[in-house]
Amino acid sequence: MYRIVSKRALNPTVTQMEIEAPLVAEKARAGQFVILRVSENGERIPLTVAGVDKRKGTVKIIFQIVGATTEKLNSKNAGEYIQDFVGPLGVPTKTEGLRSVCVVGGGVGCAIALPVAEALSKQGAKVTSIIGFREKSLVILEEEFNVCSDRLIVTTDDGSYKRAGNVTLPLKELLEQGERFDEVITIGPLVMMKYVTLAVKPYHIPVIASMNPIMIDGTGMCGGCRLTLNHDGRRVTKFACIDGPEFNAYEIDFDEAISRGNAYKAFERKAHEEFCNLLAQGGKQ
Amino acid sequence: MTKSHPMPVQDPAVRAKNFKEVALGYPEEIAVAEAQRCLHCKNRPCVTGCPVGVRIPDFIAKIKECDFEGAYEVISESSSLPAVCGRVCPQENQCEKHCTLGLKSDPVGIGRLERFVADRHNERPKVIRKIRQNGHRVAVVGSGPAGLTCAGELAKNGYSVTVFEALHVAGGVLVYGIPEFRLPKEIVAKEVETLRGLGVEIQTNIVVGKTLTVDELFESGFEAIFIGSGAGLPNFMGIEGEALNGVYSANEYLTRSNLMQAYEKNSDTPIVRGGKVAVIGGGNVAMDAARTALRLGAEKVYVVYRRSMEELPARREEVEHAQAEGVEFKLLCTPVEIVGYRNENDLKDPKNGFVNAIKCIRMELGEADKKGRRSPVPVADSEFVLEVDTVIIAIGTSPNPLIKNSTEGLSVNSRGGIVINEDGLTSRSAVYAGGDAVTGASTVISAMGAGKNAAKAIEEFLSKKS
Repeated sequence: MYRIVSKRALNPTVTQMEIEAPLVAEKARAGQFVILRVSENGERIPLTVAGVDKRKGTVKIIFQIVGATTEKLNSKNAGEYIQDFVGPLGVPTKTEGLRSVCVVGGGVGCAIALPVAEALSKQGAKVTSIIGFREKSLVILEEEFNVCSDRLIVTTDDGSYKRAGNVTLPLKELLEQGERFDEVITIGPLVMMKYVTLAVKPYHIPVIASMNPIMIDGTGMCGGCRLTLNHDGRRVTKFACIDGPEFNAYEIDFDEAISRGNAYKAFERKAHEEFCNLLAQGGKQ
Repeated sequence: MTKSHPMPVQDPAVRAKNFKEVALGYPEEIAVAEAQRCLHCKNRPCVTGCPVGVRIPDFIAKIKECDFEGAYEVISESSSLPAVCGRVCPQENQCEKHCTLGLKSDPVGIGRLERFVADRHNERPKVIRKIRQNGHRVAVVGSGPAGLTCAGELAKNGYSVTVFEALHVAGGVLVYGIPEFRLPKEIVAKEVETLRGLGVEIQTNIVVGKTLTVDELFESGFEAIFIGSGAGLPNFMGIEGEALNGVYSANEYLTRSNLMQAYEKNSDTPIVRGGKVAVIGGGNVAMDAARTALRLGAEKVYVVYRRSMEELPARREEVEHAQAEGVEFKLLCTPVEIVGYRNENDLKDPKNGFVNAIKCIRMELGEADKKGRRSPVPVADSEFVLEVDTVIIAIGTSPNPLIKNSTEGLSVNSRGGIVINEDGLTSRSAVYAGGDAVTGASTVISAMGAGKNAAKAIEEFLSKKS
C-alpha cells in the first residue's frame, strides 16, 4: 500500500497528489510514468510523473477526472492509501545538449510538460513554454511554468484568460518571426500534438511528442499501448511503455492513435456514470 | 488390462458459459484405483520424462497405501508447485508418454494423481516448517513458474530468498496468462503461500530493470540472482489493420480477463464481450484465448491456424475441450488483412476504426522445414472473408528487453533470449537465468525445470563461497 501524502485540486477536474514511494522517487526522471491501482480489483492506469521529492521519497502525480478509476482516486484523501504504485516506467526525456526549447502543453498534459520544462531550465536551456486550456477555470500550473520559463504564453480556446485560441497560433507566430528552437516538445491531447507537429514541420525543427495510450502492465507485456511509426518508409509497431512514451512526432501515425484512444470510450462513460450514481446515492466503494 | 480412469469434467454446454475449473479432479477412491494400475517398473521410465525428476512410482505407491500426505512429501522433494503441474503439464508428452502401460493400453494418469495429492494436501491446515537459515541471500526476478521453483528450491535448503515481481500479484503467467477454468487463481495463491511458509519473501510492484537494476541488487547484498522474467513482448503479424480497435494480443486479452478479472461482473477493467471472435494461432495460448472468448459471451469463436490439425501445437486435451465447447477450427488458412469499419459519410460514427472482418488466404503444406514440420504455402486466388468483431493474435512472444537493456555485460541471442550455459549461468558472474526469458515461449514445466537446475547451480556456487 502506498500513502497519499498530500492532495490538492488544481482546478475542478484536475487533482495533484504526492504519493509515498521512495524506490520510484529515487529513480524517476522527467518524461517517465508510473502505473497505479487505486484498490483491489481496480484497473491499472498509467500516469506520467509530474515531479519527485527524493528527500521525502514522494512522487507527484496530476490527473484529470475522466473515468471511474480517476474518480475513485480523487475520492481518496491525504493520509489514505492506494493499492499499487509501480515505476518509473518508460524512457526519460532526452534533454542533453538542448539549448533552446519550446515546450507546448495542452490541458492536463501541462502537468507532464512541467517537469520537462524544469529539467531544461535547470540545465541552462532557454525555455519557451506555451500552455493552452479550454477556458479560464481549467488553467493549471501557470505559476510553476512562470518560474522555469524564459517566456510563457498562456492560451484559452474561448479567450476567457490571456490569449484567445489554441497553442499552435502563438507557436506559428514565433516561428514566422524567425524564432528557432533546437527542439519542440509537445504534450497534450493527440489532436493538439498532431497540429503542433504540422505547424513546426516547414521549419525542419525536431518535434518530440509524449504519448499516453491505453496500457495494462506498462512493461511491454500486453501490447495494448502499441502505435505505428512511419520510419524510413516502413510502418513499424512500437510499444509506448518500453520504447516511449516519447517519440519523434513526425513519424507518429496520429490518426491511428486517435482512433485507438476511442476503444473503450463507451465503456468508460458507462463506468463513470455508474460510479457517480453510486456517490450520489451516498454509497461507499 | 484395465483402462485409465477418465478425469471427471464439467459438462461442455455448461462450462462454456462459466469460468469454473473444467476438470474436477479424481475423488479418493478413483485416485487409489488409478494408482493400483501402476506396474512399478524397475527402470522407472516415467521419471526420465519429468523435467524436474519427480519420483513418480514412489508417490504412486504412497497413494496405494492411502498415505496421501506421504505422497505429497515425495512430490514436493522435486516439485515446488505440484497443484500447478498436475493441471497444466503436458504429461502426455512427458512422464505418461514413457509409461510402460501406455504401450498396450492407457498410461497411468500421473498428472491426475499428482493433482489429487496436491489438492488433498492444500485442504489441510498449513504446518510451517522451521528451516535453518544458512545466511546466504539470493534475489529472484519474476514470480512465474521458473522464479517460484528456483525460490522454493533455495528456500528449502536454507537460503534467504527475495522474489521481485513487476505486477501487483505473484504468479506470473500462472495468473495473467492461464485462465481460471484451467488453473484457478486460488490454487496458484496457495502454492505461493506454501513458498512464503518456507520463508520466501515476495515483493510485488518492482520492475527489475526499472525500479531496481541487477547491479543494485548486488549492491544491496544479494550474492546471486536468478532471472526468470518470462517472454514478455507479444508478436504481431505485421499485416494491415492490426492497430484497429478490437485487435488484441493474446497477452492483452488474457491479462484483461485473468489478471484484471474482467470476467467478473464488478471489475473496472473493460474488455470486448460477445460478437464473433477470431483467434490467430494454434498453441495452448490460442486455446486459452478462444475458450475465454466463449465464456465472455462470444456468439462464435474461430481458431485460425495456418497448418493442419496434425501440426497444431496445442495439447490434444485442450483442443478437444475447445471443440466440445463449440470453438470452430479454421485450418490451413492465415489472415492477410484485418478489415475495419469506416463510414465515409460520418467520420464521427462510433463504429469507425473497429474490426469487422478478416481477410484470409488458404494454405497447403509444402516441403518439411529443418524441424521436420511441413511449411504452409499460400494457395493462389483462395482469399475469403470471415466476419468478426474481435481478433486475438496468439502467435507467440519475444523476451522482454528491460533487463538486458539495464544490465551491462548480459549476453542475449539474436531473438533476445538470455544466453546461459548448462548450469543456467549467464555471461555475468553470479547471474543465472531460466524459463521463457531464455528460451522464448515454452511450457510451465520446462520453466520449472530451468528454475530448479539454476537453484542447484546457485547452491554449488554459494557453498564454495562460504
